Amino acid sequence: MPETRQIDIDYVARLARLALTDEEKALFSRQLADVLHYVEKLNEVDVDGVEPSAHAFEVVNVWQDDVPARPLPTEAALQNAPAVRDNMFVVPKVVDEA
Amino acid sequence: MSNELCFSSVTELSARLADGEVTSVEITRALIERTESVEPRVRAFTHRDAERALAQAKAADERRAAGEARGPLDGIPISVKDVLASAGEPLTCSSRMLENFVSPYDSTVIERLKRAGVVLWGRLNMDEFAMGSSTENSAFHPTANPWDLERIPGGSSGGSAAALAAGEAVATIGSDTGGSVRQPAALCGVVGLKPTYGRVSRYGLVAYASSLDQVGPLGRCVDDVAVLLGAIAGHDPRDSTSVDVAVPNFAAEAREKRGPWRLGLPKEYFGDGLDPEVRAAVEKAVDFYREQGCEICEVSLPRTEYAVATYYIVATAEASSNLARYDGVRYGHRSEKASDAIDLYFHSRAEGFGQEVKRRIILGTYVLSSGYYDAYYLRAQKVRTLIREDFNRAFEQVDALLTPTSPVPAFRRGERTNDPLAMYLADIYTISANLAGIPGVSIPCGFTASGLPIGLQVLGKPFDESGVLAIARTYEQTHDWHTRHPEL
Repeated sequence: MPETRQIDIDYVARLARLALTDEEKALFSRQLADVLHYVEKLNEVDVDGVEPSAHAFEVVNVWQDDVPARPLPTEAALQNAPAVRDNMFVVPKVVDEA
Repeated sequence: MSNELCFSSVTELSARLADGEVTSVEITRALIERTESVEPRVRAFTHRDAERALAQAKAADERRAAGEARGPLDGIPISVKDVLASAGEPLTCSSRMLENFVSPYDSTVIERLKRAGVVLWGRLNMDEFAMGSSTENSAFHPTANPWDLERIPGGSSGGSAAALAAGEAVATIGSDTGGSVRQPAALCGVVGLKPTYGRVSRYGLVAYASSLDQVGPLGRCVDDVAVLLGAIAGHDPRDSTSVDVAVPNFAAEAREKRGPWRLGLPKEYFGDGLDPEVRAAVEKAVDFYREQGCEICEVSLPRTEYAVATYYIVATAEASSNLARYDGVRYGHRSEKASDAIDLYFHSRAEGFGQEVKRRIILGTYVLSSGYYDAYYLRAQKVRTLIREDFNRAFEQVDALLTPTSPVPAFRRGERTNDPLAMYLADIYTISANLAGIPGVSIPCGFTASGLPIGLQVLGKPFDESGVLAIARTYEQTHDWHTRHPEL
């Protein structure tokens, strides 16, 4: 594992799409340094030749028949939307008019 | 009469409903009244709809009167952790992010409970997005432990355990990702089961860590959780990790299996950090099994000390990915601050998520990020393989394992909130079962001198819930811890 345990909090918060306050950045950096220090105990384990487990049991692709079914009605799909117009989700402008 | 109904088991109520001695409306009304009187102190619920529950109870009574009762759960009120979708009901995960969210459809678990005829009584408080061990991370309010209102009920299904202990519910549903059913069950003196991974469908369960999440029942006694498991278990094509195995009659098998069993004590679960009173109570339970003719042997799960570290890498990595869906676009909290679409993500998430959720998203994002993936995430997945192998090896020697559920009884509110690592270590005896996918149950096995409940955990082989429940039931038959109630 890498020597340094200091998280580049600005970089990681950007990856996670989280706007953090300066206080949160300071707090999380300190707390996560402790947690990372703790999890580095995994370095003690010899994992040579060990297969990683993504699940507890082997998970295989599940095929299903292509059967038409009734999807969630538009109204239900939109019922929790923060902003709706003409059966569509309204979002802030994505593309600049150049 | 009414409090007596509230503290009855599902099994008893089911028999009395069948005999016509009581109606579903009477039971439901008793719970509503009891909840009104104690809920201001316990705060186990995020949402209650008494009218809706009474309407369902009335419908159940009408079915029964018409000779169309659907089975042992028809007319029984069940309260559900606010993490499972139930059409038309709020689904908040105790988060500001989903404060106003109403489920457009039923989860498979709710669908099956409805089919069994249950009355859905309220939504139960939890740590936000099931991240926590004390229910202090609820964005709305903490839940108190009914045995000592200054203490936490455990978590993340703290509402599910506290409502039951306080007589506000007769049985509840929780979810268990690292101990979130078993640990609160232990701390509140009730029975809680985490089934084998894949036994219960996750369709409509809000995802935290998908390879670890499993829905599980909590009840006053082993028979109750067995009946509830039977109702919610089974293959579901809508969850690709749901396993297509037969669903036995868990309650009948748990009654029929008598032992004696070969039971293992993992020596790593009885080391430093185990509270002396918890140790004494668990050792006394072990003596009971020995007296019953069970062979007790020490086993080793040598990678136990790495389980918490492995869990917090795997779970946070999965969480960072699962929670990416909360972007303020289609549902959930949307920030008013945002000036463009990308900004919308940053601010909606910053405003909608609480501290622990943010902390875990940051950690999970970090361990998956370029340059760190192999060192943290891949390594943790490999250690996970070794943890599974430890259990496989142990189960070659024994039928099941006996351990404490939690190293300590319920701690005081606020005691660990500033130290995430100390909070994470509360799950030290429960977390491995999630990594290995095996079933486990926590049952009451005593009280501390100051009157706090202590839990015994039975861990079993994959899909051997019947065996685990039978072992737990054998103890329960000759002990009355589970029949005690807190003074409220």
